[in-house]
Amino acid sequence: MEKIFEVRWHGRGGQGAKTAAILFGDAAMSTGKYLQAFPEYGPERMGAPVQAFNRLSDSKITLHCGVKEPDVVVVLDPTLLESQPVTKGLKSDGTIIINTLLESKELRKKLNLATQKVFTINASGISRDTLGRELPNTPMLGALAKVTEIIGLEDLIAYTKKKLVKKFRGKGSGVIEGNLESIKRAYNSVRGG
Amino acid sequence: MPIRALTGNEAMAEAMRQINPDVVAAYPITPATEIVQLFASFVADGLVDTEFVPVESEHSAIAACTGAAAAGARVMTSTASQGLALMHEILYIAAGLRAPIVICEVNRSMSSPINIHCDHSDTMGSREAGWIQIFAEDAQDAYDLTIQAIRISEEVLLPVIVSTDAFIISHSMQRVDILEDNEVQKFIGPHKSPYSLFEKTITIGPLDLQDYFFEHKRQQIDAMWKSPQIIEKVAKEFATKFGRTYGFLEQYRMEGAEQVIIACGSTCGTARVAIDTLREKGIKVGLLNLRVMRPFPHAKLLELLKSFKLVSILDRSVTMSTMGGPVYVELRSALYDAPERPLLVDYIYGLGGRDIDVEQIMDVALKGEQIIKKNKVEKPVDYIGLRE
Repeated sequence: MEKIFEVRWHGRGGQGAKTAAILFGDAAMSTGKYLQAFPEYGPERMGAPVQAFNRLSDSKITLHCGVKEPDVVVVLDPTLLESQPVTKGLKSDGTIIINTLLESKELRKKLNLATQKVFTINASGISRDTLGRELPNTPMLGALAKVTEIIGLEDLIAYTKKKLVKKFRGKGSGVIEGNLESIKRAYNSVRGG
Repeated sequence: MPIRALTGNEAMAEAMRQINPDVVAAYPITPATEIVQLFASFVADGLVDTEFVPVESEHSAIAACTGAAAAGARVMTSTASQGLALMHEILYIAAGLRAPIVICEVNRSMSSPINIHCDHSDTMGSREAGWIQIFAEDAQDAYDLTIQAIRISEEVLLPVIVSTDAFIISHSMQRVDILEDNEVQKFIGPHKSPYSLFEKTITIGPLDLQDYFFEHKRQQIDAMWKSPQIIEKVAKEFATKFGRTYGFLEQYRMEGAEQVIIACGSTCGTARVAIDTLREKGIKVGLLNLRVMRPFPHAKLLELLKSFKLVSILDRSVTMSTMGGPVYVELRSALYDAPERPLLVDYIYGLGGRDIDVEQIMDVALKGEQIIKKNKVEKPVDYIGLRE
């Protein structure tokens, strides 16, 4: 990774886009990479469209401006496809990963993407199964790891577990196990190309 | 050396934990809240020995800090924007009393209109208060410079502000090399105070009228004059021990350049990428990172910049004098004594957090080529990224 690799996360306030960006950056750092993880700060309201970003590189990253032409876009909420310019600036050889029940072929047409790779995953369904509620961020993290091959499943699980234990200290292991199961399922079921 | 992924705020809070100050009095404000919040949790978890004073305002925070420093304690606090402005009165008092205090500050615009994002109006607004002012480019700088600031402050007996850029650095997670707790303690050493209220009864802050006030101010000015030596010495020692180099100015690809771009804070990082791209295209431009704004390194700047054809200044605040931003105004003054001076152009940018990208900085150098060709500055103060 000589160049800087950039990811843009689209979610809604409360869905954990920022947390996912932090977990992804942190996990990538464990593989020896330099990282940035930062959200776009605006009025913070539950349900409002939000963005978060990652930069990864093998050498020190000194860029401190916004991400304009991401290599990968991750969409946590399928309803954002209607209201947000999720494909804006996506590189022509870039990748988009969407939480959806639709097939990648349909989405490619809907989003008018000719050259980019389109991956889909039912992240909402996975999180309802594993956590009992809709929290698509950790499944999307698993899908992103699989698609980008930046970190292997075992390393991602081990690293995320460490972080979640710290984050949810004293809140029982159910939520941690549920999130790790989400990552695993999404890693193994993301589809497209 | 442990490597961690930290935001600028987390990096500063971690430095504060390792410094383990005697007293922290603080009041939270966006975007510096996390520094105070994290530090409060270190206190609650028993990770530091600090007397933490959760005061009712920034004015009280810096007042409590000044009292504690005068009593002989190692003291730190954190703030931003309106918080720093509310401290303004006491900033002068702390500096006049030669109280060593370190503020971990986050550069944020000043109201109104209200805005929580980055510019340098708050920090630049307090530049005559008698504090040493250091701008960190990223989270690593913020961590390293906070540790150095303790030494600088206690050796010069002047308070120090170390600042990061709001959100761009304060809330962006990056890889940071952290020192071991004992390395930090060894580097900063035990706190030495020239006097302690507990050992000798003295009066601090008495009325000082026509007969001595002027001499005391002169001593304060002298301390500022002597501070560069200490700042360089501490930076050198830090570089020898830990391998990361700091100091007043960082020169980036200035060899063989015709023009130089000068900036403070996070923009220097983005500018470095712009300079690399421009150099590949054969445009002879370098970057100067102005890390220390107070004391202003005028002699060094004069020596370094006098032979270039053009210096473009990126100012993230304005003086409202209608003469441009503070870096431009002071640099212009510093270069007055040069027999041959470079042309100067000031660019006001990024107010209220407006993004500045690589292309915009490249444009500055491309415009610079034209200015050099014409040998004339038509617009001495210009704007970047502004709708007009």
